[in-house]
Amino acid sequence: MSIPKKVFTKGNEAIAMAAINAGCHYYFGYPITPQNEIPEYMAEHLPAVGGEFLQAESEIASINMLLGAAATGVRVMTSSSGPGISLMQEGFSYFAGNELPAVVVNISRQGPGLGGINATQGDYFQSVKGGGHGDYKLIVLAPHTGQELYDLTIKAFEISEKYRMLTLILGDAILGQIKEPIIPWIPEKISGDPDRDWLITGAKGRTPRKITSLFLADGEMEKHNWHLQEKYERLERDDVMVEEVDTEDAELIVVAFGSVARIVKSAIAQVREAGMKVGLVRPITLFPFPRQTLLDVGGRTKKFLVVEMNTGQMVEDVRLSLPGDCQVDFYGRPGGSVPTPEDLYDVISETYTAQSSN
Amino acid sequence: MKQVFKRPEAMTDKPFHFCPGCHHGIVHRLVAEALDHFAVREKTVGVASVGCSVFLYDYFAGEVIEAPHGRASAVAAGTKRVLKDHVVFTYQGDGDLAAIGTAEVIHAANRGDNITVIFVNNGIYGMTGGQMAPTTLLGQRSTTSPYGRDCHRDGYPIKMTEMLAALEGPSLVSRVAVNTPGNVKKARKVIRQAFQMQIEGKGFSFVEVLSTCPTNWGMTPQAANDRIAEEMIPYFPLGTLKQKDIVDVL
Repeated sequence: MSIPKKVFTKGNEAIAMAAINAGCHYYFGYPITPQNEIPEYMAEHLPAVGGEFLQAESEIASINMLLGAAATGVRVMTSSSGPGISLMQEGFSYFAGNELPAVVVNISRQGPGLGGINATQGDYFQSVKGGGHGDYKLIVLAPHTGQELYDLTIKAFEISEKYRMLTLILGDAILGQIKEPIIPWIPEKISGDPDRDWLITGAKGRTPRKITSLFLADGEMEKHNWHLQEKYERLERDDVMVEEVDTEDAELIVVAFGSVARIVKSAIAQVREAGMKVGLVRPITLFPFPRQTLLDVGGRTKKFLVVEMNTGQMVEDVRLSLPGDCQVDFYGRPGGSVPTPEDLYDVISETYTAQSSN
Repeated sequence: MKQVFKRPEAMTDKPFHFCPGCHHGIVHRLVAEALDHFAVREKTVGVASVGCSVFLYDYFAGEVIEAPHGRASAVAAGTKRVLKDHVVFTYQGDGDLAAIGTAEVIHAANRGDNITVIFVNNGIYGMTGGQMAPTTLLGQRSTTSPYGRDCHRDGYPIKMTEMLAALEGPSLVSRVAVNTPGNVKKARKVIRQAFQMQIEGKGFSFVEVLSTCPTNWGMTPQAANDRIAEEMIPYFPLGTLKQKDIVDVL
């Protein structure tokens, strides 16, 4: 397949383009702002690759159509935003119990309730702590640029198949709506292994299989839960992704994910110019969370500032990860207010100066 | 000696767990016979729903996906989009299909998704212990309508077959019963027709099967069977309300 060297495109379209280039030929979804460019792109481009786009009657239906398609082993995706993702939580739990791979995109919006459509990070807890019932995790990826939206969408299909787990891409209106130059690429592998021993393809010449999350016999449910837990531990060991910027000499480390991490980067460049030694830790996988990186960095730097576009969610995981003698400050802007680099310059430099005076 | 009766190939050799007098066993067998008739067991995917019907995967000798409560039609729609040459069917009870899964079945029907839905209506929640269902008859007592279903509070028993027959999408919409040998024969024919519709690509086919739940109705199997004729069929009349010809589909 020939693809352009560089395209100037919206983040949402970058996700859709990456999904198709990663071999995702089935998409089920329901309209909601600010992610509509994803289903629109899929509706336009999937027929050309022999795929199928289906607009569902609700997000509940979308996630279950996804489940029915994922059971056959093909690459499948849906996308939505906060309120729709809430409706999908039941399905997320079944994906976890049934151990099915698929990709879900949350171009999140403000809440609670109907909220608004501006950028926010209020869905961190929902994404990483679960929102559905039961003792389960999702793989959660948090891109911060258009290119990363593209790259992580491809990664999402691969990691989802590796662990037979639902992978959630958590973005927001800034990432979904901004147009940026993207360099598209096609991965080597554009489908899962057709010989996987759980695929539902009819039982031609073999023992029939079943996809179930119901375990009634004594001890079976505990065994299944420990098996899931083992996967989550393996993820934490092998597949954490995190970006560190200027942490070696830093006297203050800012921790931020997603779109706001990008604004933090601009602010850090300015405070560095002003002679302040400030670094950044940017979790790319929100689950598995980069606990070891924070533990290591917290061994040499004792002052941390967590910046989020919410009232304080990831900060809890940062506090749990760092050594006990680290100080963790928090700066949050909820409800769709986006801090400027100048806002963050002030917050970072004030926190830094307060530390220096200690 | 010629063998004249045997277990269908589409059924496993496993004793049913269903209560004495429950019709699920009969309906399971009729589905299996239809799949045998078309010799499609090895290219069939069943979607099990939540309730007594979830154990479909123990009795159907083909592949089965378990759906969340009410979502079987949506799961089947997703599976069928990928496995277009396969036979995909759901097997759902009345709580699953006519309460929590109403939206999913209506939209699958309206899209004309080329799947077959077997809807087992026994007018009560069986597995959870006899609570009022959307199809519970007026005046009928259940654990959550202990003084009888009251239309002013609970509304009326919902007629899914009549509702779905009003849509353009479905190829076949029919209601049958299995309370007498004659009705079993008619049901066998209609269930076979439903799968034929799918195999011929005519779109969504739906068969409602009136069924007993002696345990939660508090009746003997015989009395429960009699109740189908005396109370259920008068309110839920049997018959095919919609059947598309191939001409209607083209």
